[in-house]
Amino acid sequence: MTMSQAQLASPSPGSAGRGGALGRRAVTYVLPFVVVAGIWQIASLFFPPFLFPSLVDVFKRCVVILSSWSQFSDVLATVGRILAGLAGAFLLGTGLAVAMARSRASNEFLSPILTLFQGIPALSWVVFAIIWFHGIEPRIFFIMVMTTLPAFAFQVLGALQGMSRDLTEMVMSFRPTRFKLFRVMIIPAILPDIVTAWKVNLGNASRVVVVAELVGATGGVGYELLQQQQVFDMAGALAWTLQLVLFVLIAQAILTLIERIIFRYRAVSERTL
Amino acid sequence: MTPSQPIISLQQVSKSFGKTGAVSPYVAVDRLDLQVGRGQMLALLGKTGCGKSTIFNMIAGLTEPSSGHVTVDGRNPFRDFDSFRGKIAIVFQGDRLLPWRTAVQNVELGLEMLDVPAEKRRATAMQWLSTLGLRGHEHDYPHALSGGMRQRVSIARAFATDASILLCDEPFSALDEMTAQRLRDEFLRLVRESAKTALFITHSINEALEVGERIMVLHRPARIAFEAKVPPPASVAERAELRTVLNRKGVEG
Repeated sequence: MTMSQAQLASPSPGSAGRGGALGRRAVTYVLPFVVVAGIWQIASLFFPPFLFPSLVDVFKRCVVILSSWSQFSDVLATVGRILAGLAGAFLLGTGLAVAMARSRASNEFLSPILTLFQGIPALSWVVFAIIWFHGIEPRIFFIMVMTTLPAFAFQVLGALQGMSRDLTEMVMSFRPTRFKLFRVMIIPAILPDIVTAWKVNLGNASRVVVVAELVGATGGVGYELLQQQQVFDMAGALAWTLQLVLFVLIAQAILTLIERIIFRYRAVSERTL
Repeated sequence: MTPSQPIISLQQVSKSFGKTGAVSPYVAVDRLDLQVGRGQMLALLGKTGCGKSTIFNMIAGLTEPSSGHVTVDGRNPFRDFDSFRGKIAIVFQGDRLLPWRTAVQNVELGLEMLDVPAEKRRATAMQWLSTLGLRGHEHDYPHALSGGMRQRVSIARAFATDASILLCDEPFSALDEMTAQRLRDEFLRLVRESAKTALFITHSINEALEVGERIMVLHRPARIAFEAKVPPPASVAERAELRTVLNRKGVEG
């Protein structure tokens, strides 16, 4: 009997049980947010609105941002900058990782440089970008790429180096063309690490983009946060921050969905870590 | 069949590996001469670590010899790597199935490399899975299959390309004896039916006696210590005698 047959043969929990488990999972997921929101709301009763505004006010500001094109376009601009920066860093990082995996000399040359880049704070890249570039978009793109490039390069390199030698040899024994080797072996083998790299870098990028926009942009969530700070509008600052948080949550959910679909081949143990 | 027209030929082949911290390199294969005739089934018998898999990798073109000449069908399998596409098939020690592919997609792998059209590819793969008793499991991922089933898929993958040379590196060593015996019988039937040239690496005397028309015993580092022909069909007494000889030659029985 195969494992799949065994799974089919084993008594499955009823729909009520599944519903209960789903409900418990939803409560587990939502509970921390409810607790934090509750504490904030209680604090708003005792502190002035410029310190702890009511969540109702924050919600109203969120609605205004989402319903007004002039404001929502700022959110979209920031999202576009994050995605463009990540895509640029990913492509460049993948290229570097492939070169490093193929040649020891490249690895020995590029690895210290990327490590050096990793040590440079995001704010320093902002300053460099302002000095080196004129336009706002090139500046932000440069900052995004430079801050996320090392992580992408090292993560893709790790994935390439960690590929199963046995499986690679097996595929090589069929004498594939380079393109086919990439398609049937390398890409599927490193895809899980690439998705993880995107998930990790998405969080980093959303933090860095705000810093970049705060200093050098005339639009976007970071720029709007600066405006709220100048007028001590905490409700506005929180509402703009939540837009970014919402984007990260949506993007992570999409990546998780992609993971579930493309990695359905993975065995799932009944005992998890 | 005589080895006068060898399809696989190794002449004075040596292979050394540089060992970290060691003054001299590790010699895995030492001036090996070996010939396999077309359509012949040769069993290479030797203890673990005697260089069997290194020989295997050199014939497969996955490793280059340090010295000497390896030729398969008159060409160098390492340098003329691409020209052997579809001509050499390998059954590895482990099943080596791609975990992201279903059983049928794994069997299709070699055919994809040969640019066989998708429909024909699928039909051939399905037929081989059916031949090896895996009907109904075509769309299962490897993790859902037992060890024996996975090894059947890997045998189907090797046969699907209809390569004329079959290299087998202890393909049944990870299986329990009952499953291994059943698979070995099926495997031998398929090899004989298709008249392939087969090189079968094993560390088991019984397995070598079963699969090989010729048996070569290797000593460490890989060099021929003894060679025997298995008369077809060998009687029980002849096999017992040969087993005793092979045991005496220093191989685990």
